[in-house]
Amino acid sequence: MTSPIISIKNVTKRYPGVVAVDDVSFDIMPNEFFALLGPSGCGKTTLLRMIAGLETSGTGDIIVDGQNMEGVPANKRPVNMVFQSYAVFPHMTVRNNVGYGLKVTGVAADEIAPRVEEALEMVQMGAMADRKPDQLSGGQRQRVALARALVKRPKVLLLDEPLSALDAKLREHMQLELARLQQVIGITFIIVTHDQDEALSMADRIAVMEKGGVRQIAGPEELYEKPHSRLVADFIGKINLIDATVSGTSKAGVTCLAKGLGRVVVPHEGTASGSVSLAVRPEKLTLSDKAPSSDTDISARGVIRDVAYYGDVSNVFVTCADGLELAVNVQNDRAAAGLLENGREVYASWHPSDTLILEE
Amino acid sequence: MARRKSTRGPLDYGKSPWLILFGLVTFILLYAPIAQLIAFSFNDSKRNIVWRGFTTKYYAKAWNDASLVEAFVNSMTIAVMCTVVATIIGTATALWLWRFRFPAKSAVEGVMVLPIVIPEICMGVAVLVLYSRVGNWMRGFETGPIHWWNELFSVWPLNLGAITAAHIAFSFPFVAVVVRARLAGFNREFEEASKDLGASEWQTFWNVVLPFMLPGVIAGALLSFTLSLDDFVITFFTAGPETNTFPVKVYSLVRRGVSPDINAASTVLIIITLVATIIAMRMQAPSKIEG
Repeated sequence: MTSPIISIKNVTKRYPGVVAVDDVSFDIMPNEFFALLGPSGCGKTTLLRMIAGLETSGTGDIIVDGQNMEGVPANKRPVNMVFQSYAVFPHMTVRNNVGYGLKVTGVAADEIAPRVEEALEMVQMGAMADRKPDQLSGGQRQRVALARALVKRPKVLLLDEPLSALDAKLREHMQLELARLQQVIGITFIIVTHDQDEALSMADRIAVMEKGGVRQIAGPEELYEKPHSRLVADFIGKINLIDATVSGTSKAGVTCLAKGLGRVVVPHEGTASGSVSLAVRPEKLTLSDKAPSSDTDISARGVIRDVAYYGDVSNVFVTCADGLELAVNVQNDRAAAGLLENGREVYASWHPSDTLILEE
Repeated sequence: MARRKSTRGPLDYGKSPWLILFGLVTFILLYAPIAQLIAFSFNDSKRNIVWRGFTTKYYAKAWNDASLVEAFVNSMTIAVMCTVVATIIGTATALWLWRFRFPAKSAVEGVMVLPIVIPEICMGVAVLVLYSRVGNWMRGFETGPIHWWNELFSVWPLNLGAITAAHIAFSFPFVAVVVRARLAGFNREFEEASKDLGASEWQTFWNVVLPFMLPGVIAGALLSFTLSLDDFVITFFTAGPETNTFPVKVYSLVRRGVSPDINAASTVLIIITLVATIIAMRMQAPSKIEG
């Protein structure tokens, strides 16, 4: 049993009129790639800055590698940060930027040079060591910021929206590179992001935050397939949420009366009662112009209202009875050809086990 | 085809011959007196009217005029003392206004720039009134135990203290404004990054904040240097009989007619001011600010 590298215990941070971080507690394990995910203003950046020691006067305990960070200033903490603006010092060369953190803490000059060289090689910036930041592109500046933090050999690397300033292509490339880097160095990364794709593709575990609180912590797959609440389900990817009322529970599952679907039986662990939402991902639905032959499938008859074409897939919106709107992801294969026309009558169906019952 | 007028945009005034001519005339009217002043400093004639040939003898004459040189040395000394003190006070003020939040901050900022907008003549009178009060008060010590105090302040360069203090008072807000403008472009994350990387508050100041604001500090220093060097009005009100500055001296000489040695001395002053201003502008160039 390994002990956590970071323990967050009942951490709260209030600003006048707002609770930025609201009684948050969780652990992060060594070598984990951990993401704090949430919409802007959810407190994720504040929490990261509290770990770094840049935000003080909060309550609760932050324990890094067994040491309580209470009263430890930012410059004495065993964590380093990559800032959203990168904050690469404009008046220093790349080499001096990377060496700065070693120089100010009194590391001997003959030790600084090789460590800086090593850090720059790690981010493939060795050839640009003598350039000034204004001669670098955004992506290169980010690499410098990374090298500058990593050269300090922190126990935890904190990244604040590191990819938000990059264009789409470069962002995708850097996602892979960050994940690779994390595996090579083998230290804990905590990344703050509002981009669910970024979190899903890079992180081992994700904490979804909203209004200062953590709503769910899970691995990417679990978070996507088994969200605990409507909020998480809606924030991670797209999902159909169908209003329903529970009418009974049996061995086969929970029986509900759902809007536009009538009586459906959904397999469910545990109990459910009252008003719930049935949640089903758009890619679990299939479209057909005939009623499904299997009567175990849940299905709804409707009319195609809109088709959004994305090349490999199309997002199809189907209007069903009772004003139920279903989003369906359709692979653009031969079966789909000719089917996807506005106004066409179709059947949308899916397997009951792909349905989640969400009570919150 | 006939309506060519409409093809010119509102900012294409460079294409209009009349506007070019107007600009040229303005330019000449502004700079001809200065050009003439410099040209006639080399004129081999006692009067500034007709060109009689090239000479540098008036530079020598100005150099040998003990009272003119003394005034010049006084001016330079005051300017240097003023620059050092005004730069320190101005920079400290700018840092204080940038760094801290306190009640009535905007009021403080407004009051701080008052010396920039107050008419110089008013500043001059105000300083004169203040000094005469202080003078009366200090005369009370003439026979007392701290008599040495008055004697001390009659020794050069401390006898320039009164003028220097007045110069500091009106020039430090300029330094503060320039440095403050520079600091407005400072990204707080630089400071946080420095601390995150292990630097103390002081290390962060010396290694990150100071290098960033240095161009503003130098520009402000040179600005206060030129302001002090050529100030006439406030100096005129605060200068005693023993303490002449160059502009005041030139004024007293000119009343007896302009002689070429004044031209020569003025030319030297123009060059010093010009060099300081060029350096100040270079320091503030946009490319440097972006850093």
